[in-house]
Amino acid sequence: MKFREITKKTHIDFIGFRNKMFILSAVLVGLGLFGFVMVALGKANLSVDFTGGTELQIRFSRPTSIGALRTALASGGIEDVQIQEVAGKNDFFLKTKLMNTAAEKVQERISAIISKALPDTGFQVLGSNMVGSSVGKTLKQHAIIAIVLSLLGIVIYIAWRFNFVFGVAATIATFHDVLALLGIFYLLHFEMNILFITALLTIAGYSLTDTVVVYDRIRENMAKMKSKTDFGRVINDSINEVLSRTLITSLTVLLVIAALLVLGGHVLFDFSFALFIGVMVGTYSSIFVASPLIYLWRTRS
Amino acid sequence: MLKSLKLRAVLILVFLFVSVVYLLPNVIDLEGAWRKYLPSEKIHLGLDLKGGMHLLLALDTNRLMDNMLDRKFNQLKDGMIRDGIRFIALDKRADRIDVVIKAEQRDKLYNLLGRDLPDIKVIGSRTEGDNLSMSLAYSEKEAANLKDNAVHQALETIRNRIDQFGVSEPVIVQQGESNILVQLPGIKDPERALELIGKTAQLEFKLVDEENASRAETGPVPEGDERLMMKTRNRETGVTTTTPILLKKQTLLTGDMLTDARVRIGGEFRNEPYVALEFNSEGARIFDRITGENVGKRIAIILDNTVYSAPVVRERISGGKASITGGFTSDEAKDLAIVLRAGALPAPVNVIQNITIGPTLGQDSIRKGVQAAVLGGLLVIVFMIYYYRASGVVADMALFLNLIYLLGAFTALRATMTLPGIAGIILTIGMGVDTNVLIFERIREELRLGKTVRAAVDGGYSKAWVTIFDAHITTLITTFILFIFGTGPIKGFAVTLAIGIIINLFTAVFGSKTIFDWILAKYKPRSLSI
Repeated sequence: MKFREITKKTHIDFIGFRNKMFILSAVLVGLGLFGFVMVALGKANLSVDFTGGTELQIRFSRPTSIGALRTALASGGIEDVQIQEVAGKNDFFLKTKLMNTAAEKVQERISAIISKALPDTGFQVLGSNMVGSSVGKTLKQHAIIAIVLSLLGIVIYIAWRFNFVFGVAATIATFHDVLALLGIFYLLHFEMNILFITALLTIAGYSLTDTVVVYDRIRENMAKMKSKTDFGRVINDSINEVLSRTLITSLTVLLVIAALLVLGGHVLFDFSFALFIGVMVGTYSSIFVASPLIYLWRTRS
Repeated sequence: MLKSLKLRAVLILVFLFVSVVYLLPNVIDLEGAWRKYLPSEKIHLGLDLKGGMHLLLALDTNRLMDNMLDRKFNQLKDGMIRDGIRFIALDKRADRIDVVIKAEQRDKLYNLLGRDLPDIKVIGSRTEGDNLSMSLAYSEKEAANLKDNAVHQALETIRNRIDQFGVSEPVIVQQGESNILVQLPGIKDPERALELIGKTAQLEFKLVDEENASRAETGPVPEGDERLMMKTRNRETGVTTTTPILLKKQTLLTGDMLTDARVRIGGEFRNEPYVALEFNSEGARIFDRITGENVGKRIAIILDNTVYSAPVVRERISGGKASITGGFTSDEAKDLAIVLRAGALPAPVNVIQNITIGPTLGQDSIRKGVQAAVLGGLLVIVFMIYYYRASGVVADMALFLNLIYLLGAFTALRATMTLPGIAGIILTIGMGVDTNVLIFERIREELRLGKTVRAAVDGGYSKAWVTIFDAHITTLITTFILFIFGTGPIKGFAVTLAIGIIINLFTAVFGSKTIFDWILAKYKPRSLSI
């Protein structure tokens, strides 16, 4: 019988070049840890959800430039503002650390400044998000608790279904993915908002699914294993056997995420981008992090 | 798994039928008898899709305790004067009242406290010669009680205001200890709503200090006075100006005693809206007395520490009727009447989060989400048919079932669809086929081993099952935690993903297996297009 295949029967020695891949993984994790420290220090591009502040999405009916907008806001005394343009439209995102006080509302102040400085541009506020700093703090705590708890839940489940070594290795691989994604986002200076946290957890789930599929095959093949020296071969065989599934699933998921990236609009762009990178990292880690880790542990002890 | 093919097919079709019935109202408007017997709920859209306002309000509990202590202070002072307890010192501090009396009057003070101020506790006392100094405060339990009551009262008041303002399906709930979450879907004028909800609406009547009127602008505030700002609107130009005014500190009457507040038009300034107030019998009696005592003087009408008007009392006013004029627009007068009717908030509220989404933005999001879903779905469907040929069609059918069930269940459970929720559905499309990919790859392996079609299909499904189950459970764990810790839009994402995962387990395993079994039983093929 003939099948359409993206990979013929493969015999790649994944365990053989584990050390090269560990270097890559170490770089990704290092980057992620650095990014995490910067987030903790408040030096990363965090959204107002976490820092507190005001975010406005505005639209002009006539073409307006970022420069004109920045000058207009500066003339009204608002200097510390991030402005982002939505390509192809006269839409802008404004982000500032300013928060509403009893005396004045940030949105009203900004609206008044723009209407005055840029009259006849058909200015309109599409949406706004004002977050007090206390809310941001709670949210940050919740995000960290959520990530830690889900990783904990996963390690318990895998440890129960497989064994402790598998559980720990799977969790390290998942941590690897979460950190890599964080590091890449930090490096590219993408904004980290609640949706980014959601993407992190989703990727944790996805990467784990991938890892479970490989582990399952390893467990199955271990039953056929005769001596301990075979262990590297068992892992290699297992990865090779599920390789086409791993690639195809990543491909279908990447296809839909690509659709989201292209058509999902500004709000979902960063989210889909995180998912896109995450799926690739997750696929990589199930092959090059999760599986070699068990090999290391097993052969050393 | 069920042995009978017919029974399995019936189960799948029944679920399909039920899902479609639940989805119908999203597509067509049901009328008459149909409406009566079929579900008529549409998918609930979250604020990010529908447009509207999400507010998180924090009740200022420090101010609340301060206000409450203020009352106790006045009560204590009045009581001491009445009972002839001479105070050497009596001060209100931030969180306590300090009082110094002659030691021999100690029992008298304790009697007064026990009788009139049972909720106040002595937190410290010290004797210095003949003098006894004491610190009084609310007990912790009492303070917690007061805060709790205040939050409930604030919730109730805000609910009343919103009901009278007229918003459909508002959400008003307590969050945490002293926060209130308000969601107003589809609100047209968010600024006005915010003004209405956030107003403390503390109405007070105080005497204007005419003797010191010359010192109103600058300089030290005379003893027993306070300086507030008075708003006046020029009726010709419409420009509002504020000027300082000196008032006697003592409050003569508050809004607590109002029974009604209505917008009226006319009166002194023709065609201008004003708010007519009506007091209850006690308020009417007090109003009667203060107007009687102060004929020829000015009484200021103060709302949230801003003076709206300070008319001269021409004569004693009986019957408990008063009015607030201040050059209002009709909307302003209407909103003022609402807040006065609904009552004051026990303390000011601070807006600590305000997400406002305009209606155009929401529609835009829905359009983009649906487009992305359609494109993503098509890509996956085409790819599966290209790669797995006829079996790809089976996987696509399972995917289609998955989507219909998912949306049906979503509507039936009255879950709220959000923009991340749409992303969750799209992700479900991509991840959903994974189950079938796993199974198909297994079937291929079995076929490579030279097994018959029947044996390969059965072997593929049973061997892939363990993996599929583990994979689904791990994803469920993360979505469960997302649901617990996430806010509105994220919850929507978690719900879609969770429902998607559970349904996927059914459609991709049970559903596609049934289709395979049916084909195998009917055509008995010797080779499999996979």
